[in-house]
Amino acid sequence: MLKAVILIGGPQKGTRFRPLSLDIPKPLFPVAGLPLIQHHIEACCSVPNLKEIILLGYFPASKLSQFVTEMTQEYKINIRYLQEYTSLGTAGGLFHFRDQIRSGNPELFFVLNGDVCADFPLTEMLESHRARVQAAQSNEQADGSTRPSPLITILATEATPQQSMNYGCIVEDRETFEVKHYVEKPSTFVSPLINCGVYICSLGIFQTIASIFDKKQEEYYNYGGNEGNNGKESIRFEQDLLMPLAGTGKAFAFPTTNWWSQLKTAGSAIYANRHYLELFRKKRPDRLHPTGRGDANTPRIIGDVHVHPTATVHPTAVLGPNVSIGKGAVVGPGVRIRESILLAGAHVSDHSLVLYSVLGSGSTVGAWARVEGTPCDPNPDKPFAKMENAPLFNSDGRLNPSITILGCSVTVPSEVILLNSIVLPYKELTRSFKNEIIL
Amino acid sequence: MPVVNEGGNKTSGMKALILVGGYGTRLRPLTLSRPKPLVEFANKPMLMHQVEALVEAGVTTVILAVSYRAQQMEEELSKEAKKLGVNLIYSCEREPLGTAGPLALAKEHLVGSNENEDEPFFVLNSDIICDFPFKEMMAFHKKHAGEGTICVTKVEEPSKYGVVVYDSDTGRVREFIEKPREFVSNRINAGMYVLSPKILNRIPLRPTSIEKEVFPGVAADGALFAIELPPGGFWMDVGQPKDFLTGMCMYLGHLRQKEPSKLYSGAGVIGNVLVHPSAKIGEDCRIGPNVTLGPEVVVENGVRISRCTILRGARVRSHSWLEGSIVGWGSSVGQWVRLEGAAVLGEDVIVGDELYINGGQVLPHKNISSSVPEPTIIM
Repeated sequence: MLKAVILIGGPQKGTRFRPLSLDIPKPLFPVAGLPLIQHHIEACCSVPNLKEIILLGYFPASKLSQFVTEMTQEYKINIRYLQEYTSLGTAGGLFHFRDQIRSGNPELFFVLNGDVCADFPLTEMLESHRARVQAAQSNEQADGSTRPSPLITILATEATPQQSMNYGCIVEDRETFEVKHYVEKPSTFVSPLINCGVYICSLGIFQTIASIFDKKQEEYYNYGGNEGNNGKESIRFEQDLLMPLAGTGKAFAFPTTNWWSQLKTAGSAIYANRHYLELFRKKRPDRLHPTGRGDANTPRIIGDVHVHPTATVHPTAVLGPNVSIGKGAVVGPGVRIRESILLAGAHVSDHSLVLYSVLGSGSTVGAWARVEGTPCDPNPDKPFAKMENAPLFNSDGRLNPSITILGCSVTVPSEVILLNSIVLPYKELTRSFKNEIIL
Repeated sequence: MPVVNEGGNKTSGMKALILVGGYGTRLRPLTLSRPKPLVEFANKPMLMHQVEALVEAGVTTVILAVSYRAQQMEEELSKEAKKLGVNLIYSCEREPLGTAGPLALAKEHLVGSNENEDEPFFVLNSDIICDFPFKEMMAFHKKHAGEGTICVTKVEEPSKYGVVVYDSDTGRVREFIEKPREFVSNRINAGMYVLSPKILNRIPLRPTSIEKEVFPGVAADGALFAIELPPGGFWMDVGQPKDFLTGMCMYLGHLRQKEPSKLYSGAGVIGNVLVHPSAKIGEDCRIGPNVTLGPEVVVENGVRISRCTILRGARVRSHSWLEGSIVGWGSSVGQWVRLEGAAVLGEDVIVGDELYINGGQVLPHKNISSSVPEPTIIM
C-alpha cells in the first residue's frame, strides 16, 4: 500500500502569486480548469495501490473542506487535510504528522510540493525506487555488511546552468543515480540537475528526520535558539534533510525530461495552463472543447481550450489557443480570447480582446476593450530553459512587463486598454492603464 | 518662369494665391502618396475646400504657388476647376521662396491687366480649414484702403502662431510678432490675407517670410489691418495629423449647423459622421462621433470607430476599435485591432489581426505583424 503527501503551505506563502491568491488559496487556483493540486491528486490516483492522499499545510481547514469533499467523491480515494498549527517547515510538518502517514504501514509514500506543475512520472519513480530497495535487501556485500537501504528518490530535471542556481542542485553518480552532493540555490554553478520538489520516500526517512529533530531540540535548549529557522520544530526538507542525506548512499535522483515548472508568480499561471491543456490533449481529450470552425451554434475554437460546462460562450466568439474558461463565466459576441484564464463568473462583453491575461472571479470587461499582457515564457531557443520568475520590478524600479491580472470583481469599462497591468480585487477602473499596479 | 495656365485667360473677377508650398512633411506618410492639397479632408481634397469658397466669393483666377508635384495636382484638379469655372494657374518655384517670395514670382498674374491693376487679391496658407469669410475680408479691405488685411482668430495658446496686436475700433495693426515668447495677445494670424498690389513692391524675388519680413514693415507704416473671424465660427491649421482630426471634428460640427443633410444618419452611428455613398458599414457597429468614411471604404461587422478619417478604399475588419487616427488609401486594418493616439497609416498598409497600434506613422505599403504600443515611425 502507498500514500502521498501534498505540501500545500499556508496563507503566508504564495505572496508572489498575488493578487490571485488574495481571494483563493494558491493550491486551489484553477489551471486548465482544475485546482492546481487536483493535478497532483489525479497523478497520485493513477499510481496502482495508492490508498490515501494527505494534504499538509497551515491554511484554515474551512478553506479546504469543500475541496477535500469534492475530491474524495470524484476520485473515490481517501483524502485528508492535516493542518499544522504553525509553519513547521516542509519536513517538520511531515515529522509532526508522522504517525498519520505511517498508519497502516505503507510500503512507501510520495511527497509532492503543491506549487509545482508537471507531467508527474510517479509510477516510474516508484518502480525505480522499489527496484533499488529490493537490490539493497537482496544484495549482501562480500564482507557481510549490507548496502544502506535507499530512503528517498528525488524527481530531477535539467536546467540551464544560469537558471539552475535558483533551485536545489543535485550532483548524481552517472551510473547509479546516487545523489553525491546537494546544495540549495548555490551562488555559483554546481550542477544543471535540479530538484523538482517531488519525492518518493521509504518510512525509514522518519528516523533520519527524528535525529535531525532531536539535534535541533538539543541546540535550541542548549544554545538558546537557532539561527534563521522559525521555531525549534521547523525542519526544512531541502537544507536540513536532503543536504545531509547526499553522499550517504540513501538518496537517489530520478531524472526526467517530462514537462515540469514551478508556479511561483501569477505570470507562470498562463504557462502552466498551456502545458496542462496540452497534457489533456494526450490523456484526457474529453476535457478539451472540441475544435470547431464556428457556425451558428458553436464558437470557433483554435488549439487547446477548456470551457467549463456551466460557462456561456457566444457562437461568434473565437477562443484559443490555450484558454481556460471557468465556471459560470460569460464570453460575449465577437469576443476574442487567446492564452488566458477566465476564473469563475468572469464576464467579457462584445468585441473585446483578451490576450495573456488572467481574469479573476466575477471580474467584468466592457465592450471593445483590450486586456493584454506580455508572456514571460521560458526561452524556447535555449534547451532546458525554465520559466523565469522575474521580480515585479526591474532594477530601474519599473514594472516588468508581465501578464495582465484582474483581481476578483474588478470591472474594466468599455473601449479601454489594460496593458501589462495588475489590478487588485474589487477595483472599478474608469480609464486605460499601461504597465501599472492598480491598488 | 514655368507657369501653366488652365482653362482660358479669363482675367476679370478677383484673384487669389494659395501658398501650397513644399513636401507637406508634417502630414507624412499621407503626403508620400499624394501632394498635401489633394489629401482628402472630409472627403474632399483640402485645396478644394478653399477653391470652392474663393469661387463663392467671386474669385475667378486661383494661382497655386507650388514647389513640387505640380503635374499630379494638375491632373487631378483640372476637372474640378472646370466644373467650378475657375482658372487655375500653377506657379512653380525652383527653390523654396518662403511665404512671401511666391507672390513676387507670380506678380504678373496677380497684378493683371491695366484696367484693374489696383484690384486687391486673396492670399491663403493652404493648411487652413474654416468657414472662410472672404466676402467680409474684401469689403473690409476696400473700406480701410490700406496695403493689407489679415484675418485673425482667437486661440488659447497663441505662442506657436504669429500674434497680431491691433486697434479694436479701426482694426489697424500696431504690432505683428511671430511666435512670441511672452503673452501679448490671443489674436493670431489665421493665414488668410487680402493684399493690394502695392504691397508687392516690398517683396523681393528671393526666399522671404511674409510674417517676419513683410508684415512688420506694413504694420509700422500703418497700412496693415486686421479683421476677426466671426465669433462662433471655427478655424484650424490642419497641417499635422492631430490638428487634421481636430479640424475634421470642427468641420463636421459646422456641417451639422449648415447642411445637416450631408451627414450620415444610418443605424449604429453616433454624432457627426460623414459617409461617402459608396462606403459600406457592417452590422453591430458603432461609428462616431466625428468620423469620415471615404469612397469604397468597407467597415466590417462589430467595429467601433470614433474621431477618425478613413480614406478611399480602406477596409476595417470586424471587432476592431479605432480612435483618433487616420487610415490611408487602400489600407487594411485586421480583426480585433486597436488603433489610437493619432496614428497615421499611409497608403496600402496592412495591419495584422489582434494588434495594438498606438500613435506613430506607418509608411506606405507596410505590412505590420506585431504591436506598436508606443508611437514610432515604421519605415
